[in-house]
Amino acid sequence: MNDWTLICALADVPVLGARVVESSLKGRIALFRNSADQVFAVHDKCPHKGGPLSQGIVHGSTVTCPLHSWKIQLEDGQVAAPDVGCVTPFPVKIEDGQVYMQL
Amino acid sequence: MRKLKLVMVGNGMAGVRTLEELQKIAPDLYDITVFGAEPHPNYNRILLSPVLAGEMTIQDIILNDLQWYADNDINLHLGARVGEIDRRNRSVIATSASGETITVDYDRLLLATGSTPFVLPIPGNDLPGVISYRDIKDTDEMIDAAARYKHAVVIGAGLLGLEAANGLALRGMDVTVVHLSDWIMERQLDRTAGKMLQAALEAKGMKFKLNAHTAELVKGESGRVCAIRFKDGSSLPADLVCMAAGIRPNVALAEQAGIHCNRGIVVNDTLQTYDPRVYAVGECANHRGTAYGLVAPLFEQAKVCANHLAEMGIGRYQGSVTSTKLKVTGIDVFSAGDFSGAEGTEDIVLHDPGLGIYKRIVLKDDKLVGAVLYGDTKDGAWYFQLLKDEQNIHDIRDHLVFGNAHLGDVGHKGNSVAATMPDSAEVCGCNGVCKGTIVKAIKEHGLFSLEDVRKHTKASSSCGSCTGLVEQILASTVGGAYQPADSNNKAVCGCTDLSHGDVRKAIRDHKLLSVADTQQYLRWKTPNGCATCRPALNYYCISTWPHEAIDDPQSRFINERAHANIQKDGTYSVVPRMWGGLTTPTELRAIADAAEKYKVPTVKVTGGQRIDLLGVQKEDLPAMWADFARAGMASGHAYGKSLRTVKTCVGAEHCRFGTQRSMDLGVKLEKMLFGMWSPHKVKLAVSGCPRNCAESGIKDIGVIGVDSGYELYIGGNGGIKTEVAQFFCKVADDEEVMEYGGAFIQLYREEGFYLERTCHYLERVGMEHIKQHVLENAERRKELHEKLLFALQNYKDPWAERFEDASGGALRREFEIIKV
Repeated sequence: MNDWTLICALADVPVLGARVVESSLKGRIALFRNSADQVFAVHDKCPHKGGPLSQGIVHGSTVTCPLHSWKIQLEDGQVAAPDVGCVTPFPVKIEDGQVYMQL
Repeated sequence: MRKLKLVMVGNGMAGVRTLEELQKIAPDLYDITVFGAEPHPNYNRILLSPVLAGEMTIQDIILNDLQWYADNDINLHLGARVGEIDRRNRSVIATSASGETITVDYDRLLLATGSTPFVLPIPGNDLPGVISYRDIKDTDEMIDAAARYKHAVVIGAGLLGLEAANGLALRGMDVTVVHLSDWIMERQLDRTAGKMLQAALEAKGMKFKLNAHTAELVKGESGRVCAIRFKDGSSLPADLVCMAAGIRPNVALAEQAGIHCNRGIVVNDTLQTYDPRVYAVGECANHRGTAYGLVAPLFEQAKVCANHLAEMGIGRYQGSVTSTKLKVTGIDVFSAGDFSGAEGTEDIVLHDPGLGIYKRIVLKDDKLVGAVLYGDTKDGAWYFQLLKDEQNIHDIRDHLVFGNAHLGDVGHKGNSVAATMPDSAEVCGCNGVCKGTIVKAIKEHGLFSLEDVRKHTKASSSCGSCTGLVEQILASTVGGAYQPADSNNKAVCGCTDLSHGDVRKAIRDHKLLSVADTQQYLRWKTPNGCATCRPALNYYCISTWPHEAIDDPQSRFINERAHANIQKDGTYSVVPRMWGGLTTPTELRAIADAAEKYKVPTVKVTGGQRIDLLGVQKEDLPAMWADFARAGMASGHAYGKSLRTVKTCVGAEHCRFGTQRSMDLGVKLEKMLFGMWSPHKVKLAVSGCPRNCAESGIKDIGVIGVDSGYELYIGGNGGIKTEVAQFFCKVADDEEVMEYGGAFIQLYREEGFYLERTCHYLERVGMEHIKQHVLENAERRKELHEKLLFALQNYKDPWAERFEDASGGALRREFEIIKV
């Protein structure tokens, strides 16, 4: 369970951007990087209408879904009020400039 | 650190709103104590009328329940009367509901004591059965009297008096409204509208006695009031007398403490009284000579006051223009501004007694200064906006009185009186929001602004065509508390208090070259802005400083980053450019090949005369683009806030009616504007003759060929709000079309607010302004045109740029999936 999978170099994820990670086990996961160089990963599927969160605009530690502008907090996958919902987050870490994820 | 102590006297809407604003910006600065004379938490006083009329209950109108005070650690003393302010020792001395003396020290004192009803100084004014109309207690008393007695008299035919009379009549009483003047609501309505309103209320069973001077209230055998007698000797039976003859700011406490008062507690633009530690907001305050009795200005005061209490020291309250709306179901009355007919004003009047409609618009120097509407008030919010914005209405004067089609656009026609809509009626067609949902959200969450309603319900948050309707629902639900935002000064988003205009100016004046620089310079409140402000800032930077500013892909919406249009299932649509709507067998073959190769599920001809391939996977985009490039095709920018298409008819090249070579000109225009980013999308059309087959009348720039040259139309829109383009000028040849059209577009690019279409831009700045820059001043026109050409020079097709990718793959990374 505690296995960390190497995903990519941190430099491969744009600042305030995202990459799509396709896992054979868990499906599509959005990997985000914010302006403080923190990384987050959540299921690439908005709880509203299934929009690809990886394509949204990242601000602070939040992403705005490109389809209908729901805001998802990336630390815990919770949707920001007044909308309600959540998306599965995945643990991620950075070591020596490499991003690892627990799948 | 010891917290500062804030004491508030008064627990009404203005005061509590100030606390709410304060909690938002400085939640930990103060220990807060509130004294309220009434035994209730803060409620919406404006909605007492619907409660009296039996349309709502007290529970419905509570704005902040006791839990709210507890959650915010506010020490609340209900039913407590403050008897004294000891300014020397900075303390407030009150008597609690149970009779104990409470002394509380303060560092800052906020007076929100509201107002008291004016009681006529006549004999009998203290008899049982004589009341004023101010709070829940009065309302309860009226409801109770209505159940037991027959005759009611309301003194004063102002807003409050009429609402009280209506409520009592609905509860079965025989109501007469007694009024001093010639007509009712004379402060808010002119004579004609007043008389129409009177007739409508009489039809509902109310009676009126005008020009009536009350002499005394007569005591009956039971000791209760039984009649009202007038100075002319006549009298009327009255078991209940409701005085609604105006309000007086409640200043007794302040005066006793030696704080300067003059028809209200005198405050400056920061809502500070003559004692710097003491602030006052709401009906008790006199700001620049006015004590406001309506709630909307009080909210503006609350915001400013909270800012100063929070020690931020920015924001000034500079007075408000107010509007009035009568809350009597089935009767629509609206008034705003000055309609007294002062010197230099002109009236536009539309009066249809048959339909019961009266509209009077008062103009001065090409600006709207007042409006009175009766019967059809759906444009009230629009007029009020024009009035507040002091917009020049010269260009729209001829149809101003007919109102604005903002309301009742697509799907809402004929259904525009929000109050009469059933709860099940759909208001927002984009998000499927019904009226009932909006009303419920407004009541449950105590919403007062359009922004709040958008946030909570999503209504009017997509295409915006129902904005007017949502505003109406808001206005009819919260009553006078609704104040439309000042559209020219509205903050860009929650990340800043600055407006689009402010931001544009700062970027220009201080040569800000990136989103991050702009945010830092303008002290953005959030670390990287949000999805609303970032695209706007990015556009402002790159349009103001072409070739210098940094275009930040992460601040662009996905469509402009992926150079394709995201669809509901996360796939993309791809539209190659077809210059002027022209194509070739080679291009068509390339499209057919790509559709097969990438298994495109849907191929569709668009309204802009080109072909859309829908359902393309993002990772296939670069390869598809490479295929198109080999066939000589470039991005159609069907996804951008940019030049979309130039639609053409076949024109003189083929058509037997054609007067000009429209396809030719269309291609030239499209090539000139290729790669142009703009505040919103831009569409053009060129028709070869006045038959106008290219539909130039609904384009941002529409060109119509005539025998002697071309006519140019601007500001058309075929979308959300169908808007016919306005005639701009006539020019001689293709070169002039490009110069005049290009100059107009450049002006729009420089002055437009992000997501503002040309029709809205035109409405905001006025045709005169555009003519001044583009028509009347040839030098300025050439300068604008050259700036446009400069900004667009060396533009590289984004598709080619990505598959060629000189950066060694970085640009393509966006499209690659990491597989694990």
